[in-house]
Amino acid sequence: MKTLSKIYLWLILALLYIPIIVLIVFSFNKSGGTGGFTGFSLYWYRELFRNAEAFSALKNTLILALAAACLSTVIGTAAAVGLEKMKSRHVKQVILSTTNVPMMNPDIVTGISMMLLFVFVGGMLGMTEKLNFFTLLIAHVTFCLPYVLLSVRPRLRQLDRALPEAAKDLGCTPVGSFFRVELPNIFGGVMSGFVMAFTLSLDDFVISYFTTGSSYQTLPLLIYSMTKKEVKPDIYALSTLIVAAVLLLLILSNVLGGRERSKK
Amino acid sequence: MKKLIAFFCLLLLLPFSSFEAGAAAVTLNVYNWGEYISDGSEDSLNVNREFEKYYLETYGEKVRVNYTTYASNEDMYNKLKTGATSYDIVVPSDYMIERMIREDMLRPLNFDNIPNYKYIAPQYRGLFYDPDETYSVPYAFGMVGIIYNTTMVDEADLDGWDLMWNEKYKGGILQFNNPRDALGTAMYRRGIDVNTTDRAALDRAAMDLIEQKPLIQSYVMDEIFNKMKNGSAAVAAYYAGDFLTMYEDNEDLAFYYPAEGTNVFMDAVCIPASSAHPDIAERYIDFLMREEIAVANAEYIYYASPHTLVTENEEYVEYMTDIHEDAMEILYPPDGKYKTSYYQNLPADALAYSNALWENLKLANSIEPWIYVVSITIVAGVVLLLLLKFINKKRMEKYY
Repeated sequence: MKTLSKIYLWLILALLYIPIIVLIVFSFNKSGGTGGFTGFSLYWYRELFRNAEAFSALKNTLILALAAACLSTVIGTAAAVGLEKMKSRHVKQVILSTTNVPMMNPDIVTGISMMLLFVFVGGMLGMTEKLNFFTLLIAHVTFCLPYVLLSVRPRLRQLDRALPEAAKDLGCTPVGSFFRVELPNIFGGVMSGFVMAFTLSLDDFVISYFTTGSSYQTLPLLIYSMTKKEVKPDIYALSTLIVAAVLLLLILSNVLGGRERSKK
Repeated sequence: MKKLIAFFCLLLLLPFSSFEAGAAAVTLNVYNWGEYISDGSEDSLNVNREFEKYYLETYGEKVRVNYTTYASNEDMYNKLKTGATSYDIVVPSDYMIERMIREDMLRPLNFDNIPNYKYIAPQYRGLFYDPDETYSVPYAFGMVGIIYNTTMVDEADLDGWDLMWNEKYKGGILQFNNPRDALGTAMYRRGIDVNTTDRAALDRAAMDLIEQKPLIQSYVMDEIFNKMKNGSAAVAAYYAGDFLTMYEDNEDLAFYYPAEGTNVFMDAVCIPASSAHPDIAERYIDFLMREEIAVANAEYIYYASPHTLVTENEEYVEYMTDIHEDAMEILYPPDGKYKTSYYQNLPADALAYSNALWENLKLANSIEPWIYVVSITIVAGVVLLLLLKFINKKRMEKYY
């Protein structure tokens, strides 16, 4: 049974990672396409660094993901703290359920309804460019928020309620006690919410597709538009770099998280 | 902590700052197909950067080309139709231009700003979608033909569209994954007009596709490139220019135009009615029609160019012939050698009808019987297991 469960585990891991490994291998392929591995070369990486379109799309994606993650982390943390202090359990439950809607809703519904809203409001304001970076940002913050809330709330609940009270007893202002007592204690949750929001925003396609305007194209949108002709291997190279970066980020956050835990 | 907050605030300002830097220049929003312009990769010319340079030198005004891309005519149409954003340049295909003109979505061009229009070959002017030459400037065109792998297909079987219905190549045939093109292959084979709205004719074509279905490996669009290049499929219908791309990587591939007739398309540059800078957009179109720019684009996208200076350009001819010795004949077949027709915009009910036929086709025996057997076995197994566990529990309860 033990060997069986080990085999099962490795099978699942293999199924999860083989596609990524194939992608990485073919990004080093000398010839284009996935016809066969003809030899190791960094040609597509060189091509990638000359591909201005891909880089501007990458820059757009990163800016958007950072901004969306920052905003949703700030708003989400504030909301979590506020919810925790709420007296009425029913109101709390209602608010929690509503914030979960963007998470449960299919992306396409969120995307289309957001687009309709932006076009409607933009029309009322008489704007010509009704969709732009900010509409995209609002949409991304919307679907990132519940995840931040989800990762911050458990940490808050673990927090001893006496601690902030003690701080206030000792003459700390409520804001001061939040920054000195509460935030340092829930920082792990806040950070993991931030990382979650960042990655979600990074790879979102459906919602971005509907809410972006003519001025802002993110990487997933660019790659999708390449499917009229073929997706060139320099995109494999770019994906490989992104996988490497994400892996690094994950290892880093795990190491940091581990250190925090061992301190306790 | 304060430093951290300040840092986040700075990050939030980042996009604003990049916008403000760009605000000094006029932004020209160009919306084109993906991979459809020479963009500086693989030592090619970066057309958009060249235009910015040229515009600054000639008109002393800073223009930033904001280049975004789409994957299908319908994607582009929907984005424009919501009225949410304004584009200055779009490159729809023939039937879509017809539809957009009818819906007042395009702006008549001022040809005084596009003197290079004179280089467009006469046979590509005033086509059905824009008979008065007011809205569009042809950009690239191509024809659908049949691509086959010479190591898998017998010369004797090369017989028009019938090759795609040949039982011998069962499991090695690729068919288009969209209703218009797929029904088109069947209609050309039967000699039916591809722009017909006659339901009986559409039914006939759909029947042929259902009959063909067991032979099909898969319904694909851009996956054709990989499948044909690595030899995992034998036969596929696709565009001539894309055949050349595949041939570069696999010299076993060959190409022919079916004698019964085939589809030809034209993508043309247009200015949407909502454009904020039509004059700059017209100069952009004119720039695309300059010899060196048109050559660079034609060498990048491999589709045929309607530009006379391109087809006469020796360097271009040499470049294409290097890829495939018959490239010029494949891309530019002599007039009248093959029967060709454009897809025209169909009325809504005919479109809906062919979409319904397509859905039917995709559903027809798409689920193999063994999948039912396996899933039923699994469900039955799980239920049995639960039942056994339940009975066991009951029995144990009796003892305690």
